[in-house]
Amino acid sequence: MKPSSDWNKDLGIKFTMQDPCQIVRKSFGDPIAEDLRYALKAVVGEENFIDMQPNKSNNYCCGGGGGFLQSGMKEHRLTYGKIKDDQIQATGAPYVVAGCHNCHAQIHELSEHYGGHYKVIHFWTILALSLGVLGPNEREYLGDDLKEVDVFHPESAL
Amino acid sequence: MAEAAIKLGGKKKSIFMDKVKEILPQGNLSLCLTCGLCSSGCPATGLESMDPRKFLRMVALGMDDEILASDWPWCCTMCQRCVRVCPMQIDIPQLIFNIRKARPREDRPKGIRDSCDAAMKTETLSAMGTSVEDFIFVVEDVLEEYQESQPEFADMQAPIDKKGAEFFLNQNSREPVTEPDEMVPLWKILHLAGADWTYGSKAWTGENYCLFIADTDNWEKITRAQAAMTTELGCKTYLNTE
Repeated sequence: MKPSSDWNKDLGIKFTMQDPCQIVRKSFGDPIAEDLRYALKAVVGEENFIDMQPNKSNNYCCGGGGGFLQSGMKEHRLTYGKIKDDQIQATGAPYVVAGCHNCHAQIHELSEHYGGHYKVIHFWTILALSLGVLGPNEREYLGDDLKEVDVFHPESAL
Repeated sequence: MAEAAIKLGGKKKSIFMDKVKEILPQGNLSLCLTCGLCSSGCPATGLESMDPRKFLRMVALGMDDEILASDWPWCCTMCQRCVRVCPMQIDIPQLIFNIRKARPREDRPKGIRDSCDAAMKTETLSAMGTSVEDFIFVVEDVLEEYQESQPEFADMQAPIDKKGAEFFLNQNSREPVTEPDEMVPLWKILHLAGADWTYGSKAWTGENYCLFIADTDNWEKITRAQAAMTTELGCKTYLNTE
């Protein structure tokens, strides 16, 4: 199973990556952050990855963790996430890969709230796309620029 | 205009600080140098007119009533960035967790509490209340659909309760409940990688809101049930999905 970044050679779509606190700072540290980057670069192309600053174990929490999403404190949560939104917008990348459901939901909301209009995706989506097996109905979080790229069995679209 | 000075009682009250000394390895909050690194790197600084340094000082000064009345512990995500930069390695997130726990359960945020309660009502432990039957139905239904519409994956499996599988894969409730097609790319990747994996019909949930609501008994119940299901199936690795 060898993923390829050829699909993105001409497109040149940029990606950044959220380092989920629970996975990186709180559990496995910088080595897993390096692994995540290795995998993402293999899939989107080295030149199409832009890191947030700061990152890895020094990354900022997005504000989706610790139950914040369910606490009913929406205004506070969005204020908390302003740093994360600034970090993402500074990269200029239209896609954020978030390997955590809480991060995914929070960053998605930050994008809408602050008007950054970047997309948040699961790593499995972009890996399956790079393997050429991502079908038309598995693109919930992709933007229009990637809805039609290398579609596996386009005739199965619902 | 300066605010009126806060008067500290001359007599020692029942102080949370003493409890902290028992529960935290670095429990002596007087170690705090008040350098403020924690606050300058904390996204929750300023919310509820609070920040980590101020919060720590209030605990150290025995201002228990004010601490317990504050909603700030629910704005802290316990992300541990403050511990990382603290010269004295004071575990503020652990302190936050214990202060969450010190509040009566009915006074803790309803949204998190409801998610914990929903999980405890079903064997799946799903915070969205998904039943064993519904989960099995969705997984089988989606799998069948893809085996037919994408023939290259006619042999793909999404096993439930497969004994002796290498990996026990957990699943966040959101996919099976609201966006089942999102489960498929991961199944495909596991299939192409030749991974031997299984879901459990019970305790498959990836989320644990009882942890966030600081309900330690139910937090432990969920974690033990997940471990028990993995052991029962003889799986070697508990795999946490994204």
